[in-house]
Amino acid sequence: MTDTFHLEFTVNGRLRVLDIAASHTLLDVLRDDIGLTGTKECCVVGECGACTVIVDGRSVNSCLMLAAEADGADVLTVEGLAPSGQLDALQQAFLDTGAAQCGFCIPGQLMSARALLQRTPHPTPEQINEALAGTLCRCAGYEQSRQAVLAAAEEVGS
Amino acid sequence: MQAFRYLRPSTVEEALALLEEHGDKARLLAGGTDLVIELRNRWRTPEVVIDLKGIEELRPSIRVEGGRLVISAATVMADLERDPVVAERFPALAEAAAVVGSVQIRNRATLVGNICNGSPAADTTPPLLVYGAEMVIASPKGRRRLSIDEFVLGPGKVALGPGEMVVAIELPMDRTIAAAYTRLTRRHGTDLASITLCCGVDASGTTRVAYGSVGPRAWLVVDDTGVLADPAASREAKAPVLAALFAKATPSKTSMRAGPEYRAAMLPVLGARALNTAIERLGRTA
Ligand code: FES
Ligand code: FES
Repeated sequence: MTDTFHLEFTVNGRLRVLDIAASHTLLDVLRDDIGLTGTKECCVVGECGACTVIVDGRSVNSCLMLAAEADGADVLTVEGLAPSGQLDALQQAFLDTGAAQCGFCIPGQLMSARALLQRTPHPTPEQINEALAGTLCRCAGYEQSRQAVLAAAEEVGS
Repeated sequence: MQAFRYLRPSTVEEALALLEEHGDKARLLAGGTDLVIELRNRWRTPEVVIDLKGIEELRPSIRVEGGRLVISAATVMADLERDPVVAERFPALAEAAAVVGSVQIRNRATLVGNICNGSPAADTTPPLLVYGAEMVIASPKGRRRLSIDEFVLGPGKVALGPGEMVVAIELPMDRTIAAAYTRLTRRHGTDLASITLCCGVDASGTTRVAYGSVGPRAWLVVDDTGVLADPAASREAKAPVLAALFAKATPSKTSMRAGPEYRAAMLPVLGARALNTAIERLGRTA
């Protein structure tokens, strides 16, 4: 009987192969085993969205997913948005509108917004609200976040 | 989290064999949005977690087969929100799936998991009751079907024996029930509902209403008088018939979400609203 799991998956375009505890969540493995601490740990019950990452094109709470479930998957974390260190349009828009205040919720907001724009390049304000509803911000810059997503959507589309 | 083994069978038969081998030390994993929390809090401490998502039979998740819509145990809420057949034939189910949790939750949480957890507040139970859904249950002895009305028993309780698993939920497509879903919450956005309610009408004048979150389970009640489904009947004529349908409601006296008087008063309001939408929808299909 073994409670370790041999995990092979892609994170931000790079293949990762590692042996993990089967009881570790995707959030645990990203932060502790791989050292990608951009993804935040907060409520760990799926309510705040600080741990949001994109798995095979869909945004998920990485605190509610066993890492083993991501075996073979393609995972994008906030670090993957700026691989060369150059901020992408969405990140820049969050800075420009002042959406990022303390910054703790921002990785989750960015990943929720990215998942939306991948599926819906020109979202309505209602679609943006719905897409961001699962990421809570204690600094409450909700209006700025929405503006940032709208601005980034225009840039991507133009 | 306590240590456990993670297993990913590729057939239903393999999954059933694992269930038989490990008995109550095993726990099935579908979307995990409830199970992972239970594991972390040690509310459940299985030795083996059996992930169903590697099972070939459960993909594709939604399909039409022999006059029925088959929704596999791997189908997530987001799949239901986007499926064109669900949108056209079973819009109340799409409406219920669309209000579960957040986008992130709906991308993982499964319909079958939602039902098997037996929450009295599960959004998807009322539409499944109205549409006459059947659970397809597999065991080493073979497969059996059970109506969802007989499957759902009470808080956390469903009619699933040891060694059994639900592989799909099926909706009959040979009759047209025009239905609408609505709910009462404290706030707009992510919240558990204080009332969940679905109303469906058909061309014969039968009205089916299912409501949850106001008792140990969601109830299905049927009006055969034709009064409710009649677009020409007055509000005054409908009110007593509608009110009688909610006799089974026993809203909690201690819930922090809403007081019992408020819930009781809101049931006929939500009922009338869903009924009107359902009648409108029936008119469009005719
Ligand atoms: S930490 Fe995952 S949703 Fe809050
Ligand atoms: S910027 Fe501080 S929590 Fe959102």
